[in-house]
Parts: sequence; structure tokens; C-alpha cells
Amino acid sequence: MKLEELTIEQTAEGLRKKEFSAVDVCKAYLDKIKKDNKNIFAYLLVDEKGALAQAEKADELISKNKGSILTGIPVAIKDNILIEGLKCTSGSKILENYVAPYDATVIKKLKESGVVFLGKTNMDEFAMGSSTENSAFGPTKNPNDLTRVPGGSSGGSAAAVANDMAAFALGSDTGGSIRQPAAFCGVVGLKPTYGSVSRYGLTAFASSLDQIGILTKTIKDSEIVFKSISGKDPMDSTSVDLPVIKDKFNLKDMKIGVPKEYFVKGIDAKIEKEVKSAIKKYEDMGAKIEEISLPNTNYALAAYYIINPSEASANLARFDGIRYGFSSKEAKDLLDVYLKTKGKGFGPEVRRRIMLGTYSLSSGYYDAYYLKAQKVRSLLKKDFEKALEKVDVILTPTTPIFPFKIGEKVEDPLSMYLVDIYTVSVNLVGLPAISIPIAKVDNLPVGLQIIGKPFEESKLFYLGKAFNGKY
Amino acid sequence: MISKEEVKHIAKLARLEISDKEIVKYQKDLSSVLDYIEKLEKVNVSGVEPTSHPFFIENVVRKDEVLNKKDTGKLRDMAPDKKDNYIKVKSIFK
Repeated sequence: MKLEELTIEQTAEGLRKKEFSAVDVCKAYLDKIKKDNKNIFAYLLVDEKGALAQAEKADELISKNKGSILTGIPVAIKDNILIEGLKCTSGSKILENYVAPYDATVIKKLKESGVVFLGKTNMDEFAMGSSTENSAFGPTKNPNDLTRVPGGSSGGSAAAVANDMAAFALGSDTGGSIRQPAAFCGVVGLKPTYGSVSRYGLTAFASSLDQIGILTKTIKDSEIVFKSISGKDPMDSTSVDLPVIKDKFNLKDMKIGVPKEYFVKGIDAKIEKEVKSAIKKYEDMGAKIEEISLPNTNYALAAYYIINPSEASANLARFDGIRYGFSSKEAKDLLDVYLKTKGKGFGPEVRRRIMLGTYSLSSGYYDAYYLKAQKVRSLLKKDFEKALEKVDVILTPTTPIFPFKIGEKVEDPLSMYLVDIYTVSVNLVGLPAISIPIAKVDNLPVGLQIIGKPFEESKLFYLGKAFNGKY
Repeated sequence: MISKEEVKHIAKLARLEISDKEIVKYQKDLSSVLDYIEKLEKVNVSGVEPTSHPFFIENVVRKDEVLNKKDTGKLRDMAPDKKDNYIKVKSIFK
């Protein structure tokens, strides 16, 4: 039995039955990381000493029959989520030597449940990207094919889970940054409802879109982790207490919507075929399938690429070389400190987005760009509300294409943005969505996206499990 | 295509130092994205209110009292340049 191949559920069971110890599990993962990380580069930082100490503590808890289902489970954390005392770079030179001064709320919660933190994972700089190639420290590779990207921006987290270098991982999703790499790597990726998981301690990118979420090997594991990290947090004013909703469902009572606008030109024919056969499978199992319309789909990406850079340009203004992080030593006066720190500290995509955002918000363009995008956002919201009055969930492909080759799109920002065409709407309207692996074509995974109503994550878990016949 | 002057102006507003070579690159990159975004012109939004946030949010208030003093020193020590208990900045005037 290879311990690093087990799910959270299986590992927890083995630990309780004393088949192996948390230290055994931790060492198995550390060995796997030592062997494979140089090729895949999922991790920016591996905290071997800390992990082993946490595993010993977990064993102690388990021996006293204490702890939770997550006690002793090794996890990887995206490098934009703060763990006190560990470096947190957000994939950027500007934070290369930044050591987190406190724990993010999700980290605090995971610590209380007794997990083992293996390390911090690679990402596109400040989570801006769809391939992890925008990391200042080098690209992560797709474990299914090392010449291809793992997706992004949570590419390190997805690759770590796909390659058994972590039992699960946390990521963040602003426009698809968990679901898209999950689809590209062949793992389960959950973007919870906006507000259901605290963002305190997550490096802010686009605050009305950002959401911390989970990458796991199975849907059951996703459910386990979601329960432990969700809930209202006084440190995040947008976080909410989850309404209690039922979690017993019957597939025969389910109505599944399939938006016609998601199956048009641009989708890879092989992906379309797999997604359609997944939909057919749900139908065969008794669910009602209904074609629906989300009429403003065609405008979602354009609205997103105004709102996202606008919020980013405001959030990233804080990196001014004064309070923390990199500060240019060559500067002569205060203005020069700002110019040189930002000019040298930020990579090309981050600067591109700051400029796009600044442009959209600047005098003379605000109405035509930012305000217009916010109005289109209202239309998208109405589209989804109307559709979800008729159906329980919406099924779509997670991505229009398979993982592309490293270097293929990095010089053409627009072509990179288009990879997120099926995922960005969900962030604009705040809904929960999960990507589950449904097939492999020529060794490359295909993801199915299930979008639900606000706070109905349990329905997504149910349907995900139903696909695998385990509900 | 947006002009070189516009790129320089935006960079100045954003406090980014960019080289002449980068100005040409950003001129091209930003234009291609802005061209794509232009499709929004076709959407009729008359009478539509803007959305800045996915759900209803409300203000969260609490008493103005110090809750966590222990981090203050740690946070201050992260400043690249400091003197005593102060964060030091370069002169504003040349």
C-alpha cells in the first residue's frame, strides 16, 4: 500500500485503526515530494521539519482518541494564503522574502483540526494567470504530461494533489483558478459560494470575486474539508454563516440545466463529446435534463476583464515599498520609491492588469468601462437567477480546451484569458461550482463543471458522487 | 490602438516605471484586450443598476478598542526602512 495514494477518508481510517502513523504518512508524502518536485515544481517551499513535528503531534492526539477526521492529514497550501512564520510570496518577486506575520482564518481552522502542513505551492503571480507560467519562480508542470501546463492560477496545488504530493490542497479562485487547474490535472476542485469561506489572510486580488477553495482526490474529501473551513469570520466582513440546507437528495427529483451558449464554436470536440456523455449519464440515472439559456454569456469574459483588473489595480497599490516586501534601493525620493519598487517588483502580467485596471477606472473611461461592466454583471446575475429558478444545477465543461503546451499562450494575453470562458461568470455572480474529472482523452483529463445555487454546495457534492455511482 | 502617450499616462497614474521597449509591448497588449472588451458596446444596459458585489452585504461594526497588540511590533518590523518606532520614507521633495 502506498500511503500517499490514499484519500483523506482512507488515510483517516487507517490512522484510527493504527494501520500506520501520521509520521509514516507524512514521510511518504515528503519522499514523494523529494522524488518528483524537481520535475513538476508544484511546491515553492517544503516545510519538512514543521510537517514532521505536526505529524508527531497528530499521532499523540490520535493515540488519545482525540482530534478530527483531518488530524494527521498532509495538506499543501497555495502561496497566497498566510501560514504564520512561513514565507508567503504570492508567486511574486515583490514578496520573495515576506514572512507571514499571522495565520489566515482557514489555516487557523485547519490547525485546530490537526492537519500537517507540507508546504506552499506555486501559482501565477498574485493569482493572475491560467497556467502558472506567470510565477516569478518558474512554471509548474502538468503531472499527466510534463510538457503541458497544469492550469492556473492554483497550478501548484492541483499538480501536488494529482501527483500524490499532498492529500489535499487549498487554492483560491477568482475567475476559475481552482476549477480550471483541477480540470487540467484531473482532480476535484471546489469554488465555494462567495462568503462561505473566510478570505482573511488571503492576499487580496479582486475582492468581489476572490474565494478560497479546495482541491482533492475525491468529492467526499472535498466535502470533508469544506465543512472544516467554512463559516462566518469576524475578520472578513463578507463572510457569512451558512444556512442549513438539506443534504439528502434523490437524483430522480433533480433538474439539470444545460446552457446552450456553452456549447458553441471554440470548444474542443473531444471535450464536448465527453461532457455530453456525462450529461447523458445523469439522464440515464433518472435526472431531468433541460436546455436553458444564459443569454449574456458572450459578454461575461469582457466584463470580467474590466472588473478583475480594476479591483486588482486598487488592491495592489499597497505594494509601495514602504511597509513590507521588496523596496528599491536605487530610489532617490518618495515617488521614485513607488515607481522603481512596482516597476521592478511586479512581473509582466501583474503590470498589464494594473494598467488595464487603472485605464478602466481613469477619468473619461470610467463610465464606458468599469460602470458598464458592473451593469453587465447585473445582467449576468439575472441570467443565472432566472435559470436556477427552473433547475437545481447547471452543467458545463470546465474548460473549452485540453491543457496546452508550456509557452504556447504566454506571449498572447488574450488567448490565455479565453481559457477561462466557462468559469469567470460563476465568480461574477458569486455562485458555488465544482469541477470533477469525468474522463481522460489521450491521457489528458476532462473536467465537468457543476454550478449550484448560493450555499447549496451539498447538492454539488451529491451530484459529483452520483457521477461515480457512489451516492 | 492606444497611443504611446496614453500608455505612459496610465503607467504614471499607476506609479509603474516602464522602459521604452515595454511601452511598445503594452501598447500592443492593452489594445488587443481593449479591442476584445469593446464587444460590451453592443449590450443594452439602459435602466440596469450596477453590481459591485455578488450578494447583499452589510456593514460590520464593533467597539473601537485594541484587540490584538502582539502583532504591532512584528508588523512594524517588516518595513524595509525604519528608525526607532517609526517607518522611514524617502524625502518627498527633491
